[in-house]
Amino acid sequence: MEVRPEGLYCVPADAFVDPHRPVARAIVTHGHADHARSGHGTVFATPETLSIMRTRYAEAAVAGGVALAYHQKVEIADGVTLWLAPAGHILGSAQAVLDYGGSRIVISGDYKRHSDPTCTPFEVVPTDVFVTEATFALPVFTHPPIAHEIDKLLRSVRTLPDRCHLIGVYALGKCQRLMLALREAGYEETLYVHGALVKLTQLYEELGHDFGRWEQVADLAQGERDALRGKIVLCPPSALADRWSRRLPEPLPVMASGWMQIRARVRQRRAELALIVSDHADWNDLIRTAVETGASDVWITHGRVEALEHALKQRGIRAKALNLIGRDEEDAQ
Amino acid sequence: MRRFAQLLDDIYFTNSTRAKEKILATYLAETPDPDRGWALAAIAGTLKFDLFKRNLTKTLITERMDEELFALSYDYVGELSETVALAWPVNTPADTLPALSEIISSFQRKGKTEIQAYLAELLDMMTPPERWALLKLGTRGLRIGMSARSVKRTLANVKGVDLPVIEELWHGLEPPYETLFAWIEGRAEMPDISQALVFSPVMLAHPIDEDSELARISGETHVAEWKWDGIRIQISANSSGARLFSRTGDDISHSFPDLIEAVDFDAVIDGELLVKVDGAIGAFNDLQQRLNKKKPSKALMAELPAHVIVYDILRLGENDPRALPLTERRDVLQAFMSDVVLERFSLSDFLEFETSDDLRALREQAASTGSLIEGLMIKDKSSPYVAGRPKHHWYKWKRDPMLLDAVLMYAQRGHGKRSSYFSDYTFGLWGPEDQLLPIGKAYFGFTDEELKQLDRWIRAHKLQRFGPVQEVEKELVFEVAFDGAQESKRHKSGYALRFPRISRIRWDKPAEEADRIEALAALVSA
Repeated sequence: MEVRPEGLYCVPADAFVDPHRPVARAIVTHGHADHARSGHGTVFATPETLSIMRTRYAEAAVAGGVALAYHQKVEIADGVTLWLAPAGHILGSAQAVLDYGGSRIVISGDYKRHSDPTCTPFEVVPTDVFVTEATFALPVFTHPPIAHEIDKLLRSVRTLPDRCHLIGVYALGKCQRLMLALREAGYEETLYVHGALVKLTQLYEELGHDFGRWEQVADLAQGERDALRGKIVLCPPSALADRWSRRLPEPLPVMASGWMQIRARVRQRRAELALIVSDHADWNDLIRTAVETGASDVWITHGRVEALEHALKQRGIRAKALNLIGRDEEDAQ
Repeated sequence: MRRFAQLLDDIYFTNSTRAKEKILATYLAETPDPDRGWALAAIAGTLKFDLFKRNLTKTLITERMDEELFALSYDYVGELSETVALAWPVNTPADTLPALSEIISSFQRKGKTEIQAYLAELLDMMTPPERWALLKLGTRGLRIGMSARSVKRTLANVKGVDLPVIEELWHGLEPPYETLFAWIEGRAEMPDISQALVFSPVMLAHPIDEDSELARISGETHVAEWKWDGIRIQISANSSGARLFSRTGDDISHSFPDLIEAVDFDAVIDGELLVKVDGAIGAFNDLQQRLNKKKPSKALMAELPAHVIVYDILRLGENDPRALPLTERRDVLQAFMSDVVLERFSLSDFLEFETSDDLRALREQAASTGSLIEGLMIKDKSSPYVAGRPKHHWYKWKRDPMLLDAVLMYAQRGHGKRSSYFSDYTFGLWGPEDQLLPIGKAYFGFTDEELKQLDRWIRAHKLQRFGPVQEVEKELVFEVAFDGAQESKRHKSGYALRFPRISRIRWDKPAEEADRIEALAALVSA
């Protein structure tokens, strides 16, 4: 493996993993924009990830797509076998497993171990080398169960029935996970969404998820908007305090993200309610997972690398930082 | 304790002041004594002791956590209590926590070594927000965006009385305020605070309406005094001691021990706090060096001794002259002044005048004092001393503001209702190399309609972004009004404005024609 300007490169496979520049052969772990760029030649990814890329970019962007179901093996180069294992991050997210000359390397991509009904749960794959993310790699990050945070939200909706609860979420993954978690908590009201969230939510529906009744805010007539009092509206984080939110009746800004554990981050967003909902592994899970894979070497791609490196070394694991560039921590959610 | 931590979080994350007050009122109604009184004290900042030292928190966490991981966490979070609250390794919240009051009294009862064990035991039982609440409470470092004034207004609203009623009581009472709540709930009489050194709400003036009111003023019916540019204060003293209060009732005695030491009377007086520089009254800029200093050094006190220009008297011994007309109160005040330390206290002069034209001339004279005197006070001779801002008793007539044409450089989003608008503006003047030098920031002085226009203009003229700060094209000119300016090392331009606001938006004026920094320099040296 090598770190090149285009991204992480696997020499014997002649392929990049999640390259951030167009390359001839790419393995794409999941559909978030900073991992799945357009313009590659051949793209190895799960069918769901390819669908997401097709929705986000043009059909042509993934013309060279090779769909690999989880656990389906393919020999991508002489003596190099690739297969994908579930990563539990978002719909279609995968770890890339490369077997070569009797040894194995697993590239986790972004992953989490907390429950998420929108995707297949993370699977521990025993390996020699584990390449991990470190987005939330500090002991201050412990993500609570999502049910706990949904409960917090619903309590607020009940106590402040005049306020329209406006939740800032990432369009891919977070939005749909939250919608489903609300349904699981027994919330039956119509959910309202910002236009930027529509296409991907529809894609999730095509792929078999049921979010109950939901509507686009823009489809409501001006006179109907007052009906959004006491209702839940989802929007991209950038729309929370933008002109768009002025049309809503007394909006209460809510932010759903793993960063919301830090008070200053909540203030920065001007959020009045902070939901700690993360699609990444928290501190304990990052360490637990690295240990469970049995890897003797752990390479850390992006995030709070120093802390994870330090903690893994203390556990006798050879850990090192790869210093990959081009991962935007705020958007990595 | 659990309910208290919830209260702090609710207030902390709520943006609107009114909503915060509603949350506090609900808590006070639902929570028994003495917990609610301690909570009130914690929020209003009236707790008199630390439960434990800040350093103890650090000791405890370093005993429990890898040093490097703690350092990395602390770096990231940027704040000790929150870092410890989040990184504390035991995470098994107990079903119930001791009451807030029980925790406070336990800490007070325990010796040093016991305190350490007790704090650790509590932190083990808590969730991260509860730990944060405890650590902030214990070291009196709560900052949840609610002022003491807002706390008092909450109490006033609950009882259905005016704010001054609460303010008058407030400084005579101590946490956990059980007598206060008994009165608020109608179970007891109003607490007796006659022996306490309390703050009495002050009397304030209206700006004079030059068209309608000025003509009615004459030397027969009114007196005139200089309006000094210091801070309005009140000193309350008796045989037990003396306290210095700001206009809003904050006790600022600790910053001015030199003044407190010179108090040797049994009275309540109203005046302007200033400092002396080489024996003469100094400007606001000089006073500023002593404000907010918790423990001023002897050298600083010798260099800038505190001085009070006395305006009025609210109590002398047993005698309460507040209901008397101003001229009779003045007799009481003059009698009082014959006994005080003259280096520290002087009587505010009544200025000689007969007609409003004389006043106009005096106001011109005020404008020529640099920023020492900011205008005139005009008071009805028959006015009693009434808390608040009663109509037609006292007027202030500030000298004209200084004006400059400055160019808008950066904009920032506002708070609360204005959070979706760019409503905070930084503007600058042209410097020696034809670059703009920022001279100040203003977020009022325009109408709601103008705010919308400005917001649109800014969105259409965006340049770079620095975190929350949006740089804009240097094309829009503001006429900026301000009450004074002083040299300042903190600002790149070398000047700081006093009380800047937008007086007009000069949509018509090309940016090149805005003022240069020399124009400001000339105003400062005038």
